[in-house]
Amino acid sequence: METRILRIGCAAGFSGDRTDAAWPVVQALIAGGGPAVLIFETLAERTLALAQLALRESPQSGYEPLLAEMLRPVLADCLAHRIRIVSNFGAANPRGAARRIAELAAELGVRPPRIAIVTGDDVSGPEFRPALERGLRAGGAAVDATKSLVSANAYLGAAAIADALRAGADIVVCGRVADPALALGPALAHFGWALNDWDRLARATMAGHLLECGAQVTGGYYADPGLKDVPGLARLGYPIAEIDSDGHCTITKPAGTGGCVDEHVVKEQLLYEVHDPAAYITPDVVADLSQARVTAEGPDRVRLSGVLGHPRTDSLKVNACFASGWMAEGEISYAGARAEGRARLAAAVLRERLAGAGAMRADLIGVSSIFADDAGHWLDGLADSGARDVRLRVALRNTDRAQAERLVREVVALYTCGPAGGGGVRTSLRPTLGTQSLLLPRSLISARFELLQEQPA
Amino acid sequence: MTGDTITVPLWRAAHGRTGDKGNRANISVIAWHAALFPHISAQITDAAVARQFAHREPSCVRRYLLPQLLAMNFVLDDVLDGGVNDALNLDSHGKGLSYLLLDMPLQLPRELEPWLVGPAA
Repeated sequence: METRILRIGCAAGFSGDRTDAAWPVVQALIAGGGPAVLIFETLAERTLALAQLALRESPQSGYEPLLAEMLRPVLADCLAHRIRIVSNFGAANPRGAARRIAELAAELGVRPPRIAIVTGDDVSGPEFRPALERGLRAGGAAVDATKSLVSANAYLGAAAIADALRAGADIVVCGRVADPALALGPALAHFGWALNDWDRLARATMAGHLLECGAQVTGGYYADPGLKDVPGLARLGYPIAEIDSDGHCTITKPAGTGGCVDEHVVKEQLLYEVHDPAAYITPDVVADLSQARVTAEGPDRVRLSGVLGHPRTDSLKVNACFASGWMAEGEISYAGARAEGRARLAAAVLRERLAGAGAMRADLIGVSSIFADDAGHWLDGLADSGARDVRLRVALRNTDRAQAERLVREVVALYTCGPAGGGGVRTSLRPTLGTQSLLLPRSLISARFELLQEQPA
Repeated sequence: MTGDTITVPLWRAAHGRTGDKGNRANISVIAWHAALFPHISAQITDAAVARQFAHREPSCVRRYLLPQLLAMNFVLDDVLDGGVNDALNLDSHGKGLSYLLLDMPLQLPRELEPWLVGPAA
């Protein structure tokens, strides 16, 4: 049985994350010695749908646009030190991403890496349509999402990633997989656990869950100055999980970087996006956090223990994305005496002008915005606070572009028709993508990997 | 509760983070110290949180207790005005909502004040 610790570093928690996080993580993995893997998580719910739209425009695209920028600083070191790379930056075009990586390696003058792609997540094809429609109806979808379907992808598990690594892949490029699978796959390949070793799978899954949002477990998205102080937010170190042969993990970060890994930070990430802690459902296992413990082991070292696992379910979650219409937004600022009164008047004028264009939401940024509800109950209950610097924001949605656009035009018209002193108008009108989750029977979906043979020209 | 009590905003006794999936938010509440947890769990109930979020009209608020983590996890269904699909909120993920929950009042025996964080006023 493999007993060496597996270190997994995460250099990205979403598409749009910092792109300079990988280098300190890789240096720490090299210094630590021993088997190591680097993961990048870059697929939020709608990222894949946007990638699908990009792919339609241009067959060479559809993968993470910042792929080369993220990999360039570390690819040579990873290949030289046999640090495997696993990521979902393949998005809607894993093959395209793999080609780009091969090009990058050639550009850097390093040996051609063995690149595997994982496929099987795309369930938008006609062969899946009846099952998709059944699943959407069962999920209570209000809209006929299949009419305007942009993408439909199943959350694959870790098995194909593990298989690809066992087959010798240096780099595994996925489309949609469950985020924790990016860590569980390497753990399966390294330790050789059976796929029904539920407790170990659950523990490594939770290691992946702690890693999957990047700096959110090392002090990112935690600071509250004076209350929750985090040093060096501009130089945050990204996380490394040290996983043992029973799947338990210690979370740490590279020495000399900003951030902090303590019990409180780790607890916030542990419960992030968790509902029933006794049943955290993933494609590979149902993890049980009800007995979990988080314990500091030293400066910037926190251990997760007590995680149990239960058998996986018979279905896989699928995310369907569909074109859902248009959203229009407009903003205008007021400052000085009676700024709030003038902003409230502008909102009333817009509401009257936009009757029939759809339900309009008004925010007074600085007084009432992100806590408030679309229907306006919160704002209606607030008396004028006398705020002297207020930005009015209005928004509406409509499936009809022309109706949505009326909001943009009315906000601009406030320059001559609205209350005194309004300035700094910004507007936007954009097509929107909706998402709907559904379940498909596991048996309908087959995840597989393929080692790419082609070399760059 | 007998003796001298103080009322503080929950953020002096606990911290937390919001997550979202569809039209559902989860908000963790993690006590700064073990001595505070029994008081937090007695008062910050699912009914109390539902009242705090009443204007957002959640269809269901559930609370899961994790005493060994000094934590609670609240799951609020249909609290995001439709979520990223339908909401007009700037913050359609509801990321800021942890701070709405942490504004809730908490009554504590005065002798627990040393365990609180932040300024008294």
